[in-house]
Amino acid sequence: MNRLFEGIPAHGLVLLALFSAALIAAPYLVSNYVLSVLIIVLYFAYVGQAWNIMLGFAGALSLGHALFVGIGAYASAALFIKFGIPPLIGVFVSIALSVAVGCLIGYLGFRFSIHGVYFALLTIAFAEFTGIMVDHTRWLGGTEGLFLPVANRDRVDLINLRGSPVMFYYVILAMTALALVLCRFLLNSKLGYYWQAIREDQQAAEATGVHLFKYKMIAVAISSGLTGIAGVWYAFYYNNLFPESTFGTNRSIEMILGTIVGGVGTLFGPIIGAFVLTPLGETLTALTEGLKIDGIKQFFWGLCVAIIVLFRPSGVWPWIASLLRLDRKSDGGKS
Amino acid sequence: MPTEIYFNVAISGLLTGLIYGLSALGLSVIFGVIRIVNFAHGEIMVLGMFFTVVAFRHLGIDPLVAVPFVAAILFGFGYLLQDWVVRRVAHLHDYFQFLLMAAVAVMLIAVCLMVFGPQAQGVNVPYALDSFSIGPLIIDKVRLYAGIVALLGSGAMFAFFKYTDTGKAIRACGDNYTGALVVGLNVRHYYALTFAIGCACLGAAGAIMVLIVDVHPYLGPPYTLLGFIIVILGGMGSLPGALLGGILIGMSEALAGILLQPSLKSAFSFAILILVLLFRPQGLLGKVQR
Repeated sequence: MNRLFEGIPAHGLVLLALFSAALIAAPYLVSNYVLSVLIIVLYFAYVGQAWNIMLGFAGALSLGHALFVGIGAYASAALFIKFGIPPLIGVFVSIALSVAVGCLIGYLGFRFSIHGVYFALLTIAFAEFTGIMVDHTRWLGGTEGLFLPVANRDRVDLINLRGSPVMFYYVILAMTALALVLCRFLLNSKLGYYWQAIREDQQAAEATGVHLFKYKMIAVAISSGLTGIAGVWYAFYYNNLFPESTFGTNRSIEMILGTIVGGVGTLFGPIIGAFVLTPLGETLTALTEGLKIDGIKQFFWGLCVAIIVLFRPSGVWPWIASLLRLDRKSDGGKS
Repeated sequence: MPTEIYFNVAISGLLTGLIYGLSALGLSVIFGVIRIVNFAHGEIMVLGMFFTVVAFRHLGIDPLVAVPFVAAILFGFGYLLQDWVVRRVAHLHDYFQFLLMAAVAVMLIAVCLMVFGPQAQGVNVPYALDSFSIGPLIIDKVRLYAGIVALLGSGAMFAFFKYTDTGKAIRACGDNYTGALVVGLNVRHYYALTFAIGCACLGAAGAIMVLIVDVHPYLGPPYTLLGFIIVILGGMGSLPGALLGGILIGMSEALAGILLQPSLKSAFSFAILILVLLFRPQGLLGKVQR
């Protein structure tokens, strides 16, 4: 436990504690609407962290991460609907499948030395291909979609992941917190240093004896597995799955925007990014609702993202971290 | 099914493929010279398609006549986009460029939605239902004209890059950035010009495409992905490759549409993309080092 908080300045710990306390108390303080927004924020924070392990820690750009959400979601939902297997067990199948597919893509990509944009296109191709295949699979509901029975919204049933939004809130909050701890632990481990070496200079890392293929594969496996877990949560929270809206490239892009805006390769970037972007979208919706013009919300949303990219090119978190003087000893910022 | 059907479908796929090829030239030129992946590719083309529809509706201009005008408008758009916006992220990581272009794409879709509305719109040219028949083969007049104009457009591009001084200067900027600076080329201007030419290709392709596809704001993203598939297949940065890739994808889509199910045709294209990335990442006509 001590190693986990090593090097974080005292006021940083206080801020972190206040932030956590606020999030834990949130369901008792805010309205249902704000809670639903917070749930989406935390979902994006979680998947952003998972994606960040691949690009931010190990330097492999994936633009098809919706694939792993989709695999996790469809696997656990199908097991639940067809065989009555609860998601608490189904999640392991979801993880196994996501990791297997992730490793397949990683293996092909790294073995055939596909880099950068080309690797990103490979991940897009796999995600789209799988989406179309699911679209043509009757057993998984095809185009009409896969639906989970909605029942007992008031009773909390963690094993079957059925319950009120408050339960889903705490589940995703716990997942986000655990992912943060895991990322912090990984980044400070030997593995994390290998990853950072690979990210900064692949050839130099290889020359100093870092086994590129092995460590990149580990990053892909962890990232895809974590994203698969998000899929299980997604399926049981929304109760319906459609191939196009689950596997589509739009979904993959949506997942990673927060992390890029927050700061790729930083610990808090994905979380801050999600807390910036999702409320931004909601605010714009509220502001533009009265105008009754199709598309005006998306326009301003795109404009805000473009402005952030142009004026905070290393992300919002490193900037906030230096404003709060957290970057002195901490390595929350890009090391 | 009689054999002629396959030939008819293959020919119509070939002609559609020529339009794909012209639009892919736009993507390939931008990547080959500026090294920026234009994730707003399809959306820019859709913008061109809307301009063409408006010109047809309100001024009665035939889409094929509108080609140079739409290309000129998007030329200006592309120049400003590169010079004002995209240039500023050129030195940043791939994913930042990607994010910026994705934001531009979102804004373009939103603008199309605001200005032109969500419904699908097409043009009704007088020769829409005419066709030529050569022996057992039947070729749509619309597709034939569209293919010919696309081929002319691509030919103009090749000639421009091969024979004009500006074209040579742009190639020089793409081949050796520092070298181009050393010999005194205004690289910033040529980069903007390249982006402009890329967008002009998209405008021309869009104007032609209106003849065979109805346009709506959400048509962009699938065309962006299609553009990537074509350019990867042909070889990133290779102009003849983009044209060849367009033709191959156009034909394979058309044939997959009748041999398999129409809804599976894009799965087929993505499968081709995966195979090409694995076994010939430089593409069919690309250079080996990149």
